[in-house]
Parts: sequence; structure tokens; C-alpha cells
Amino acid sequence: MPKVLVNNKEVEFEEGMTVLQACELAGAEIPRFCYHERLSIAGNCRMCLVELEKSPKPIASCAMPATDGMKIKTNTPFVDKARKGVMEFLLANHPLDCPVCDQGGECDLQDQSLFYGFDHSRYTENKRQVNEKYMGPLIKTEMTRCIHCTRCIRFATEVAGIPELGAIGRGEDMEITTYLEKSMESELSANVIDLCPVGALTSKPYAFEARPWDLKKTETIDVMDAVGSNIRVDTYGWEVKRVLPRVNEDINEEWISDKTRYACDGLLKQRLDSPYIRENGILQKSSWEQALKLLISKLQSFKPNEVAGLVGDLADLEMIYSFKSFFEKCIGSTNLECRQDRIYINPQERMNYIFNSSINGIEDCDFILLVGTNPRLEATILNARIRKAYIKNKLKIYSIGDAGDLTYPYQNIGSNTSIIREIVTGSHEISHKIKNAKKPIIIIGDSALYGKSGKYVFETLKKFLSDNNFVKKDWNALNILTQQASRVGAIDLGVHSINETENFSFFDKLDNDDFKLVYLLGVDNINFDKKNKFVIYQGSHGDKGAEIADIILPGAAYTEKNGLFINLEGKLQSAYKASYPPGDAREDWVIFKDLANMMKKPLGYNNAKNLRESINKLIQTKINNNVKKTNEVDFIGENILVKPIDYYYTNSIARSSKVMSECRQISKRYLFTGIEKAS
Amino acid sequence: MSIKKISNIQPESFEFSKENLTEAEKEIRKYPKDRKASAILALLFLVQKQNDNWIPLAAIKYVAKFLGVPYIQVYEVSTFYSMFNLTPVGKYFVQICTTTPCMMRGSKKIVDICKKHISKNPYELSENKLCSWTEVECLGACVNAPMMQINQDYFEDLDENRTEEIIQTLLDDKLPKPGSAKNRKNTAPEKGKTTLLEVKNA
Repeated sequence: MPKVLVNNKEVEFEEGMTVLQACELAGAEIPRFCYHERLSIAGNCRMCLVELEKSPKPIASCAMPATDGMKIKTNTPFVDKARKGVMEFLLANHPLDCPVCDQGGECDLQDQSLFYGFDHSRYTENKRQVNEKYMGPLIKTEMTRCIHCTRCIRFATEVAGIPELGAIGRGEDMEITTYLEKSMESELSANVIDLCPVGALTSKPYAFEARPWDLKKTETIDVMDAVGSNIRVDTYGWEVKRVLPRVNEDINEEWISDKTRYACDGLLKQRLDSPYIRENGILQKSSWEQALKLLISKLQSFKPNEVAGLVGDLADLEMIYSFKSFFEKCIGSTNLECRQDRIYINPQERMNYIFNSSINGIEDCDFILLVGTNPRLEATILNARIRKAYIKNKLKIYSIGDAGDLTYPYQNIGSNTSIIREIVTGSHEISHKIKNAKKPIIIIGDSALYGKSGKYVFETLKKFLSDNNFVKKDWNALNILTQQASRVGAIDLGVHSINETENFSFFDKLDNDDFKLVYLLGVDNINFDKKNKFVIYQGSHGDKGAEIADIILPGAAYTEKNGLFINLEGKLQSAYKASYPPGDAREDWVIFKDLANMMKKPLGYNNAKNLRESINKLIQTKINNNVKKTNEVDFIGENILVKPIDYYYTNSIARSSKVMSECRQISKRYLFTGIEKAS
Repeated sequence: MSIKKISNIQPESFEFSKENLTEAEKEIRKYPKDRKASAILALLFLVQKQNDNWIPLAAIKYVAKFLGVPYIQVYEVSTFYSMFNLTPVGKYFVQICTTTPCMMRGSKKIVDICKKHISKNPYELSENKLCSWTEVECLGACVNAPMMQINQDYFEDLDENRTEEIIQTLLDDKLPKPGSAKNRKNTAPEKGKTTLLEVKNA
């Protein structure tokens, strides 16, 4: 491996690295504004100047490729003077408004000016003044503060795939803007706020809300989609002020979607803070004791098989497990289900309902077939990975069903299930491409598993892949794209009424009115005829589920409890308590524990530790359970229509959020500003 | 130089004329198929030629679609170069060089004439909306200073009388004959050749 000498210290570096990266390997910290590991190199801020032996001028280390034998110095007076000069130019036009700037305390310019800034300015001319630019409901701009690093432009074009940001004018008058100041049409747009090294792009909903050093920071997991992005929740007292991404190379790198970031104001609104009982058609506040007593008497008045339970999208494992054990031990009912969307799932093997290739694996693949899915809206972060893979590997992407604009080009090969039959029998051109690929990926979305043909689509594709030896330990091409944070965990824990022959028996019974009492655990996305059913809703928000409920039990939202989540790849992650439930609301598993104790049929665990132990045991048996079975299913012809998703309104927290409503309003007046489609 | 303002009055649509369309396609053919964006400058120049020296927003969109690039990319280019106008400048756009050689040879007088006959301020249309003027940096014809550029043509060796004449012709909606006011050929000496006498076509 080639070597460089950094401050007289020899380091080995990989071919293709820049001087800046080599310096970092040697432990020398280089200040920078425009350079970012995940974006292309611009080299325009000049802050990363270093001294190179035999070079008369300092060099911009971020843009200079390292070569063998270079002698670099990063701590000489020469370097210091050069950087101080650069900093003086950057500060010449930068306003002195740190005390009122939201970036204050976490600002790269502020931090670096501590080392390289002067205590006074030699600049006596008028400072530059730039008008604010409108960039949508999430991004607040103060363009006078902009130092033209172009990170935001590069992010929008490269990562988000929405080339809408640009720099107009030139020199001192350069301004960053969207085309004619339209809002950014991307689900990743708010990441430019984190990328901005100064306070030019700040968060609009968070504007003047808090100072970073006043906030309590909790590292946890997101539940807005099944990706399980790693986030940091910043709270001030009870209130969740903001959500920021955390680096996890295997999942979200360092991006999060706008919904993850900004649905948090929904945690403050529409909250259920006390139990309610419906009396004469009107929901009345009540005490816990009263509500639980009524609940138990109702439960005991029905036969066990008349009682049914549904698990919602945002439930953690503790909640699901205690719900299940409550149903089994205290009620004696097995009528449990987690699939509000009524899609086909085969729970026999774990690989039948997870994303087997893993999010990281997408980068290595050489072929992608999307079946009835719009990853851009169903799993935004995963879509960013597909785009990354598309740019890196120049791979061809095909889709069955029209998925709309996915930020990368793909070929729509029709939407009828007969195409799958053609692929399997080998008469379709795609068939050979899959067989010839080294690491293909087939992503099956909810839209393909929904309807009569769901079983055919899944089982046939699975059989096709395992016949062609693509379902192996080192590469599994079969992927299910789930949309709900609770889904994989719920199926792992066996919260479903699926047996060998019947997949939808629960819903048949529900529609046939076989159930007399339905227990909704944070279920807000299901439409069913209530008729004479007695409905219990337990959850955090007053949404669709609470509307039809006869008893409401207030639970905790995802930031208000410690909980385990399994993401769509089957990764177990732990979420931590950042805040606490409002009013009388309680953590959900505690409610079931209390209920069980009141019914004198204890669940067998009294603290969170014991609960987690039993959860772990159950999941381990599921992971170790290998059936290796493929089924042959008769062909059912049906069109796969990618279901339109109301992206900003997918769960009760997002629906309660004002910011999400604003985003939704704007996306409805969708004005395409990039390259318009041919139609 | 400050950032360019966009005109409030914008035409609904823009399309290349037949000959400009063939010209544009010829330009695009110069570059590889996946590097079509390279033709942005050439196409914007054609737009300006066709549309009385300015680029409306409709044309920015048109060029972007024509090349399959994002709108913002064409918009960036059109705001970067001072030679592109985003507001109407009239059918005859007068650019007066005021860099040192021209300034020493009296470009200020030419500017004054423009102020008097065309409009008070640069980029402001004359009363009959036909004409506007601006000062520009060196146009590279220092030998023939002072000079000005009207649309695509150079008018050189100007004096007050000749300038007034030219401006008047413009205001009457006619383009005067370009070239030196002293009728010299290119940059040849005023009183005929002094060297290379034996070379015929020098």
C-alpha cells in the first residue's frame, strides 16, 4: 500500500484516497466546510489547506488525490496563516448574528472560527445582504449567512435525486435557490439542514424553539416506517423539540426522511391523557380503575373465541408480546392479527417476511426487480440506497407496476401477474437477466401481496429464486418491503391467525361479525364495520381507532418508553425513553400486566427485564427455525397496481402533526420542477 | 454586478424558429449523447438571437426540456453569464466598452449620448421600446477604441457625431452599417499600411 508522511508520521492509505482522508488516518484533524464524505468533492471553501513539500502554495487537501511519498504538514505557521486568511474572507460577509441564529452551538463556522478567526474585522465595506429564499415548509433560509459550500446542492442532486437546488449568479453575488423558489419536492429534503455548516438553512418548525445545549438528547429508533432509522430525540422537559439522524452505516447512513424528522410535533397534539368510557354514545373521562373493571367484565361476558385483538403499526415488541400473552393466558383467545392492510404473508420461515438482502446489500447487487412497490414513499431511506447503488453500479432497475417517480430511471415491464408467470417459465427477457445476475434483488411490496394474487406472486417468485439458487446463506434475493415498524416483530412473535390453509381467516371472521369484542392496540389504519361489536382502543393518539372505541386506554408513544423494534431486515434494535407519557397515560405493557393481575391470572413477568428475556427466547426460536419449503400455487391473473400512499399521513402521529399536514398540502399541489416527464 | 432580476412581464411560451431548430440540433450533435447539457450555452445564445436579445423563463424551460436537464441547471447558466439578459433590452442592445483604452479615447462621451438619446439608466428601454444600453468590460477591440457592440456587430473608432448618427438610426428601427467609423479595414493603421507593403493580402 502507498504511504504518505503526515506531520512526520508515516501512514498507509488506500489508492484513490484524498490528502484529507490520508491526514485523518494519521490523526490530523483538518477543518472543512464544503467537503463531506457522502457527497462529491467540490473544493470551493478552501478551509482544508495544508502544506505539501515542494509546493509553493498551500493545497486544498479535500480535492487533491494522495500519492505515494507525499510529505504533508498540517500544523505549521504557514498552514495556520493560510487558513486564517480563508476564514477572514468567509467571515467578511458573514453576519454577526450568532446570538439569534438557530445554528448557534452546533455551527461549524462558529467552532472553526474559534481556532482560525480574528478577534476583529478588517473589512470596512458594506456587508452582503441576500434575500431569504422559500424552500418549502421545512427549511428556513437566511441566505446572508450562506458561505457557498454547495453541500445542499450536491445532496439534492446526488443523494435525493431531485436536482432542484442550484447556485445562481456568480462571485460575491452567488445565491443558492430552488428554481424560482419552489418548495423542494423530496422526502429527504430536510437533510440539507444538517448538512449546512452554517445557519443559512435551518429547521422551520424548530425555529427559535430551543438551544442545543438546553436539550436532553436520547439516542433511539424511529417508527415512521419499517426501516428503523437511527435517530436522536431532543427533548426539553416533556416536549420533543426535534428529531435528528444518527449515523448507522447499515441502515440510514446519516440521512432520515422528512416524516421521521418532523412528525414529532404530532406527539404533542391529539394525545389521549386519561381513560375514556362511552356512555350513551358520548365518550366520558373516567379513572383507570373504572375503565379496567368495565373492560374485564366485558371480556368475561363473551366467549374466548368471540374476542379478537389487532396490533397496530407503531407497536414495540414489549407491547405486542404482553398483548399476546394477555390474550392467551387471561382470555384464552388466539384471534390475533397484525396485518391491518390484509396482505398475504407466509410466516413459516423468517425469510418469508423480511428484507433478506439487507439494506447494505443493495449496494452490492447488480439487478433489481421491484414488484408492486414504490420504495420512495414506502421506505424513503431504502430508496436512497437503491439510488446510491444505481449511481455506483449503473445497474438496470425494472418494475412490475407503475411506481411513479423514484428519483432514478427504471423500466416498467407491465403490471399483470402474467409477467411473473412469463419470468418464471423463462419466456420473458428479464428471466435471463435474473439468472445471469450474480447478486439480483427482487423487492416485493405490499401492493403485490394484496388481493387474490398475493399468494401466487410471493410463492412463485420464492420458488423461482430458490430453484435458481438465489436463496442462499450469503445472498438471498427474496425481499419483502414492509411499511410498518411493528410488522416483522409482530410476525416473529406469532401475532397472526395464519395457518397452512387459511391466510385471512381473521378478516373473514371480522367481516362475518363472528367477533363480539375487538381490542385495538394502536390500530388506526383499518376499516371495518363496527356494527354491534364492543371496541376497546389502547393507544397514544385520538385518531380513527379511538373514534369508534367504547373504552379508550391511554398508552405511550414511541419516544415515551423503552422498547424493542425489529426493522424490515429483521434487525433487533432498542429504542429508549426520551420523554414520558402525558397525563394518566401509561406504558402499554404495564397496562396488560395490571389487567392480568386484576383478573388474578398474572402474566409471569413483573419487570421490563423479565419481559425482555421471554421476548428474546421467543424470537431466538423463530430465527433458528428453518423450514426451507417452497409451495406451488395456481396462477391467478390480476393487475398489480402500486397503491397510492398518502406519505405524510401514514400513521396517527403523522396525522396529528401540523407540519406533516402542511407538507401534505404542498405535495398535493405537486409542481414538478425538475425534468418533466414525457407525458 | 448584482444578481439579475427576472422580468415581470413574461411571454406564455417559447419555441425555436425553424432555422434555429436545425441550428440547435446541429449544436447538440457536437457533443456525446449523454453530454447534451454541454449545448446549454449555444442554445441560450440562439434563444437570445431569436427573442430580441433576452431570455424569457419559458425559453429556460424550453431549453431544459430540449436537452433533458433540470430547469435549475439552465437557470444557473443564464444567471452566471453577464451576456445573457433576463429582462427585455429592446431589439437593439447597445453595449459600450468602458474599460481603460476605450475610456481614455472618450467612451464617457458615448455613454452620455446614450443617456441622452436612449434612456437615463442602463438596461432601461427607450421610449419607443426598441433600444437600451449598458456599459460593459473590455470587448477586445482596444485598437479601434472607443467602440460599442450592437447586437452581434462591432461599431468602432467612434466619435460623438458618428455615435449620435448610429443611435438615431437605431431609434428609427434600422441597423446601421457596422465596422470602423473611419472606414479603416479591421485594425489596419488609419492612413494605410506602413509595413508588409509587398504582401498583397496582408
